Amino acid sequence: MELAVKTESTTAAPAAPKSVVHGGGIARHRSRWAWALLAPMLLLLLVIAGWPLARTLWFSLTDAQLSQLGDWHFIGLDNYLGEYGVLMDAGWWQSVWTTLRFALLSVSIETVLGLGVALLINHPSRLRTGLRAAMLLPWAIPTVVSAKMWSWMLHDQFGILNHYMVALGILHAPLAWTADPKLSLFAIVLVDVWKTTPFMALLTLAALQMVPSDCYEAARVDGVKPLAVFWHITLPLILPGLAVAMIFRMLDALRVFDVIYVMTSNARETKSMSVYVREQLIDFQQVGVGSAAAMLLFFTIAVVTITYAVAMRSRVEKASA
Amino acid sequence: MSTTSALQAPRRTPWKISLGAIGYWLLAAVFTVYSVFPFLYAISTSLKRGSEMFEPRLVPLAPTLFNYVTVFRDQPFAHNLQNSLLVAGGVVLLSMLVSLPAAWALGRVEFRGRGLLLLSILSASMFPQVAVLSGMFELVRWFGLYDSLGALLFADLMLTLPFTVWVLVTFMKQLPKELEEAAIMDGVGPIGTIFRIFLPVLWPALVSTGLLAFIAAWNEFLFALTFTISTEQRTVPVAIAFISGAGGHELPWGPIMAASVMVTLPLILLVMYFQRLIVAGLTAGAVKG
Repeated sequence: MELAVKTESTTAAPAAPKSVVHGGGIARHRSRWAWALLAPMLLLLLVIAGWPLARTLWFSLTDAQLSQLGDWHFIGLDNYLGEYGVLMDAGWWQSVWTTLRFALLSVSIETVLGLGVALLINHPSRLRTGLRAAMLLPWAIPTVVSAKMWSWMLHDQFGILNHYMVALGILHAPLAWTADPKLSLFAIVLVDVWKTTPFMALLTLAALQMVPSDCYEAARVDGVKPLAVFWHITLPLILPGLAVAMIFRMLDALRVFDVIYVMTSNARETKSMSVYVREQLIDFQQVGVGSAAAMLLFFTIAVVTITYAVAMRSRVEKASA
Repeated sequence: MSTTSALQAPRRTPWKISLGAIGYWLLAAVFTVYSVFPFLYAISTSLKRGSEMFEPRLVPLAPTLFNYVTVFRDQPFAHNLQNSLLVAGGVVLLSMLVSLPAAWALGRVEFRGRGLLLLSILSASMFPQVAVLSGMFELVRWFGLYDSLGALLFADLMLTLPFTVWVLVTFMKQLPKELEEAAIMDGVGPIGTIFRIFLPVLWPALVSTGLLAFIAAWNEFLFALTFTISTEQRTVPVAIAFISGAGGHELPWGPIMAASVMVTLPLILLVMYFQRLIVAGLTAGAVKG
């Protein structure tokens, strides 16, 4: 969103001079073309995103079942607040809690780890290209595959992690990482961190490389210690970029589905909001209740997004004032 | 960037250099192992058979392609691969075709409501997939696409389109305006400008955006899980998630790892080959503004 806010102010330049040179005719002509070329994309987006979203909102106010989507009755907010409504379901609240714990835990670990990896790669060295390739590898692996790979490595009897941890004396006995309800969320976080830290590191790296080098030079001339340089120069300068990356990851983590579904299926202890929604919709065929839960997730994400957009806008305005 | 090295590895005292260098190499090694090991272990497992499967050795004593043969014999895996290729390829083609003209309009033309449009496209990319699931289900049935690849082609566009438009707009904005002015002087219309003048200059951006869209569609799981039901119509992620043994409750890890390796290797090669372009695309989507 930062981008959208900024684009408005910065891109007035390319098109504006022409309209000055050629008068209003060309500008009108161009904006007519713009709408014509936008039309297919907008139409498609309306059909595949706007319409289904509106239908989901509508379904959430009905008692529709998956087997007969056409046969429904309007029941108002019963799917939300009724006796069997989502908000009355302890299972829903557990999934909210699980999702929040997952999101906070994985995003904060990824941020710290991503920063570390970015600093490592930003350091000029012969290893740099190799490190960058190593970093991209987990990112290139499909989530389903990484969930399966790690499930195998975390296997309670034959898993390589249990084997070495027992051999090294870290564990007394093998642990059932994915089956034990006390451990499974951590196992999921572990896999998510492995898979998405590269994204975080990449964005952090981009922010790091935008820090002007004279900042470092000045610090060097003044003999500032490396840690102090990082703390007082690097970190404040990359903070906006870091914040963008964190919010992107946060929005992603709140709708987590694949990794949890593959690793622990519908297990109650690790059910995320998205897993809950799909279970209601498809497994239980309760389109009304499922849609209501889906809308609650949608609004949660919308609130996070809007809060962030407003915060960014006011900051941008403050900066330009 | 060159200055950071001077800071992090002071040159004056020789023993300090070595200490810093050792620390750096150590960290680099730990990080590389952490990143690469799980995939190497998957490859290793995929080449093992019988009791060797359950020994934590990295290099198999008697490597065999047995698991690879098994996947193709017991699963319609060739079909699944073809499905994934068709869906991902189709999604890339469609989203590029639609988003390139749109990106010109949003990136190069000043018109009323543009900021709002950009904002709504960006928010569409934030949609949780499950928020459209029931509406999409109904739509897919209406079009008679349930349990067919068409449903996935259609649904996956929701994931890729906002993103491809967004990234292409960013790239489109960076083109010099002289390029377009010259075209206008020569009487070339917008469509000619986009396809004859911008397209040749924009190809790195197109490759990077196209690859990211391909990867997104190739990896997509939730829609594929929900809108297809028969094993022949599944894409590879769903197929892998559903590989199970013949009755026993232990999963057939060998074939699962073999399938995983086959699905992932082409992606890894693509990503490594187009590393720079991919990084440019990913960061253009998020940081530049």
